[in-house]
Amino acid sequence: MVQRLKARFGDAFREASLDRKQAIVLIAVEQLRELSRYCRDEEKFDMLVDLTAVDWPKREKRFDVVLNLYSFAKNERLRLKAHAGETEPAPSVCEIWPAANWMERECYDMFGIVFEGHPDLKRILLPEEWQGHPLRKDYDILKQDTDWVRENLGIESGQ
Amino acid sequence: MGSGKFGNRERAVAPHDGHQPMSNEHTIKTISGMANVNTTVLGADEIILNMGPQHPSTHGVLRVKLKLDGERVAGSECIIGYLHRGVEKIAEHRSYQQFAPYVDRMDYVAAVSNGLGYCEAVEKLLGTEAPPRARVVRTILTELQRIASHLLWLGTHALDIGALTPVFYCFREREEILKIFEKYCGARLTTHAFRIGGLQYETYDGFEEDTKRFCNDFAHKIDEYETLLTENRIWVGRTKGVGILNAADAIALGVTGPVLRASGVKWDLRRAQPYAAYDQYEFEIPTRETGDTYDRYVVRMEEMRQSRRICLQAVENIPTGPIMARIGKVLKPPPGEVYHSIEAPKGELGYYIVSDGTTQPYRVRVRPPSFINLQAFDKMAKGSLIADVVAIIGTIDIVLGEVDR
Repeated sequence: MVQRLKARFGDAFREASLDRKQAIVLIAVEQLRELSRYCRDEEKFDMLVDLTAVDWPKREKRFDVVLNLYSFAKNERLRLKAHAGETEPAPSVCEIWPAANWMERECYDMFGIVFEGHPDLKRILLPEEWQGHPLRKDYDILKQDTDWVRENLGIESGQ
Repeated sequence: MGSGKFGNRERAVAPHDGHQPMSNEHTIKTISGMANVNTTVLGADEIILNMGPQHPSTHGVLRVKLKLDGERVAGSECIIGYLHRGVEKIAEHRSYQQFAPYVDRMDYVAAVSNGLGYCEAVEKLLGTEAPPRARVVRTILTELQRIASHLLWLGTHALDIGALTPVFYCFREREEILKIFEKYCGARLTTHAFRIGGLQYETYDGFEEDTKRFCNDFAHKIDEYETLLTENRIWVGRTKGVGILNAADAIALGVTGPVLRASGVKWDLRRAQPYAAYDQYEFEIPTRETGDTYDRYVVRMEEMRQSRRICLQAVENIPTGPIMARIGKVLKPPPGEVYHSIEAPKGELGYYIVSDGTTQPYRVRVRPPSFINLQAFDKMAKGSLIADVVAIIGTIDIVLGEVDR
């Protein structure tokens, strides 16, 4: 499969690796949607199990967008990864797997990653007016949107 | 119905600051919670109805905005997050062992399953495995937990639809399971039953007998529930053909667990990618074809029977030996990442853990089955009657602690 991916995606294909016997494919973020479509249609990874992100603030492109796929036909899992910068949008995979809708919203909510082409990108777990993205590494665990808490809950701190 | 006082999403929509005419853009922003349910374009007969978050049939703090055309649901939107505690953030500030009790508080009616998923994920990350005895005991407790979770679902789901009796029967049997948990580890709900690497406690004297007695009694208890519901005309009328989800939609929406199996996909992680000790036992994977509320009911009933079967097989032959793998007191998994998932009562429960080589996880992502299954609600509810909405919420079997984390 690595050979097929290399042939098809050329330079955009960054690396393929195994970690704890689990397959990981790293791709340039612009090609993420194309790769997803390819994986679904050609490689039969028909279910998007999970979509999430990891923050590496010291890296030039700080976010890992991580997609965990499952193939019913092969009973295999595959992990797709792409590096996205803070201001750089990642392509939405909603049109490929509708399951991505809420998961991308959660990523946007928690990390501030903008998914281009998402039908309705807005916060999902936090209130719409909340400032900040809590799962970023520079967001302290005790931090909160004090203005929002004061205004809406009528208390000084939610801690 | 709740008035939705929480958060100023609602207040911004209300015209109380009407001295300033809202621009179009402003309107769209403040009512963006309604993007699927377009309030600006309502048909002549259409109204918006808010349901929850304080509503007895939403199983917690779920809020649903329904666009109604007469008695039909024309669109819906789930608003969640009222129970968000930032579990994934907390994980980054605790050691691997310290985080284990937190996972119990996600799906708090199936805490044992949550713990199993987490412990196995960290074990995979460490490159170790629990000893055989621990794995079998884990299997027994997890299957008992599946029965308990399904019983709670059955009781409350029937209650939502108007059948008052089953809930008492279900809680009676669930109590027996909780007693076994209590005897085993001292807790009934948030059990923290497992440890990374195995078990902390040996089974108590009489664990096997208690489990056997429960399983033997339980066989005819399921029949008892079935006499109350399966051929009950009202039950059939309220569930058949309600909230249909076909297999293709279910897979596209990432739906897993009994909901997926009721749509005709014979897929169960216990069989597809076995973990714990499931590869040693015989059991069936019940499926149905239509994917309606009735089918999901039948699938879960049959699953309880299969869980009982697994428990009986496992308890007959618990291997002897250590219950804890040899792992250090301080856990420092080598840098890297792992995704591990189990078949929780509600679907695929996955943990994606990234390690940077320190004692604390760099990132823990929980793949919550309730959250992802709930996404299918809109598809299932569209076109159904308003009275069936509670049946559809109930049939997905969500726990808001897990949806919001």
